[in-house]
Amino acid sequence: MDKIQQRLLQEVAGIHEVPEGAYSLRINGSLYGKNSSEHIEIVKKEDKPGIDIYVKAGTKNESLHIPVILSQSGLKELVYNDFHIGEDCDVTIVAGCGIHNGGSETSEHSGIHSFYLSKNARVKYIEKHYGQGDGNGKNVMNPHTHAELGEGAYLEMETAQIKGVDSTKRKTTAKLSKNATLIVHEKVMTHGDQFAETEFEVELNGENSGTHVVSRSVARDRSSQKFISRVKGNASCSGHTECDAIIMDEATVIAVPEIMAVHPDAALIHEAAIGKIAGEQLIKLMTLGLTEKEAEEEIVNGFLR
Amino acid sequence: MLELKDISYVVGQKEILKDINLTLADRFVAITGPNGSGKSTLAKIIAGIVAPTSGKIFLDGEDITDWSVTDRARAGISFAFQQPVRFKGITVKDLISLAAGKSTNISEACNYLSEVGLCAKDYINREVDGSLSGGELKRIEIAMINARGTKVSVFDEPEAGIDLWSFNNLIKVFEKMYERTQGMIIIISHQERILNIADKIVVLANGGVAEYGAKDEIFPKLMDVHAGCRYTSDKA
Repeated sequence: MDKIQQRLLQEVAGIHEVPEGAYSLRINGSLYGKNSSEHIEIVKKEDKPGIDIYVKAGTKNESLHIPVILSQSGLKELVYNDFHIGEDCDVTIVAGCGIHNGGSETSEHSGIHSFYLSKNARVKYIEKHYGQGDGNGKNVMNPHTHAELGEGAYLEMETAQIKGVDSTKRKTTAKLSKNATLIVHEKVMTHGDQFAETEFEVELNGENSGTHVVSRSVARDRSSQKFISRVKGNASCSGHTECDAIIMDEATVIAVPEIMAVHPDAALIHEAAIGKIAGEQLIKLMTLGLTEKEAEEEIVNGFLR
Repeated sequence: MLELKDISYVVGQKEILKDINLTLADRFVAITGPNGSGKSTLAKIIAGIVAPTSGKIFLDGEDITDWSVTDRARAGISFAFQQPVRFKGITVKDLISLAAGKSTNISEACNYLSEVGLCAKDYINREVDGSLSGGELKRIEIAMINARGTKVSVFDEPEAGIDLWSFNNLIKVFEKMYERTQGMIIIISHQERILNIADKIVVLANGGVAEYGAKDEIFPKLMDVHAGCRYTSDKA
């Protein structure tokens, strides 16, 4: 691994080298290394790029790292990762993609992730997207995630795309059974001429299922963002979707929340707010000695924390 | 020392403040007066949030009239908002650290927070958002001013919007602050108990200075005015 690759790995997964325990590390379009643990088995797919991950029933407090690094300009890849999580598991999955594009061609990584959570399984999924590079080539990421949550399953997704991704179209779909819960915390910041679209489609099919989809985003310069969130209540359930965006400079933000109830006991809420930084927040921080620019940075960093 | 010379503030045809001349040099000065008398505007003019239409402001002899909010803050003026500002994602620790001008550890933050009657452990990592009550926000606002420890601290109606129980604690906070402060406290207030701990009292009325003098001289006059109305009297 060279220095650029190490830096990308640090940015997206918080690690310098191959992690301990179960991992799969993909660099420049091929599998760099993988390691199964006693409870987590990683199997390379034969028919297409990607891996199958099997977490044995009852696995507790284990983590799995599956970062992807692209440092070769112009590389385009589509990777399929399937997660099969056994009953009563409690695991953390750290994913993420870092692109360094020093050339003039477009680099693109699109991860197609499918989660199958068995009864009462708990998963925390953390994903960070990061791009850098001094070339003219664009960094593109188009992730698709599909999750099927069995009875009582709990999936918490934390996704962040803070810097350097020129274009992204993210689609997340989920189907929830009885007593299942899906929590999504998304953070997006776009700058320059970047474009980011995120789309969520959650079907609450089981009794007492619930979801909480929260997106916080900051759009700067001439960048544009689109947030689409559809929550469908097919049973006695609760759903909440929230989009909160700070808009700056000449940026554009579109928020399209959609909730649909087809059961009388479905309780669904959507909230969407777009606005610039409140003047009083800037003034408060300026009374503490910060310049307007420093105050703005502090507010944005806090908002996206 | 803070000097205000011929300060006026006009919005459209309305004169909010007219020809204010004040020299503030005591440790604890309370500015009081009826609603609409221009108290909060005056406080904001001192902090640089509002620019006067005419007149000059001097801090220790230096003309700061054209200085920005940031410049005044760095020169030693602190301002506590009447309605504390809420933030998303910014924690109590962040604000205390920004106020102190350095990253604060738990024990330092604990000192500032316990001064205002809050347990640091419970609050340090809380976001300064709508999940905090009005009284809690007020105390955090005051803790920030303490953490700054500047030569001039301006409080705009610290008692506004808090319940009686919190108010009693707030008085204690100011009494303690008065004992310890090295700088000057300027406090906009309607509350007798706050006016009663001031060295000097300024009474504003209709945008002008109606009275300015030692507490012992001004305070009884204010009580006389209130004597006819049981709702504003201490004995109510």
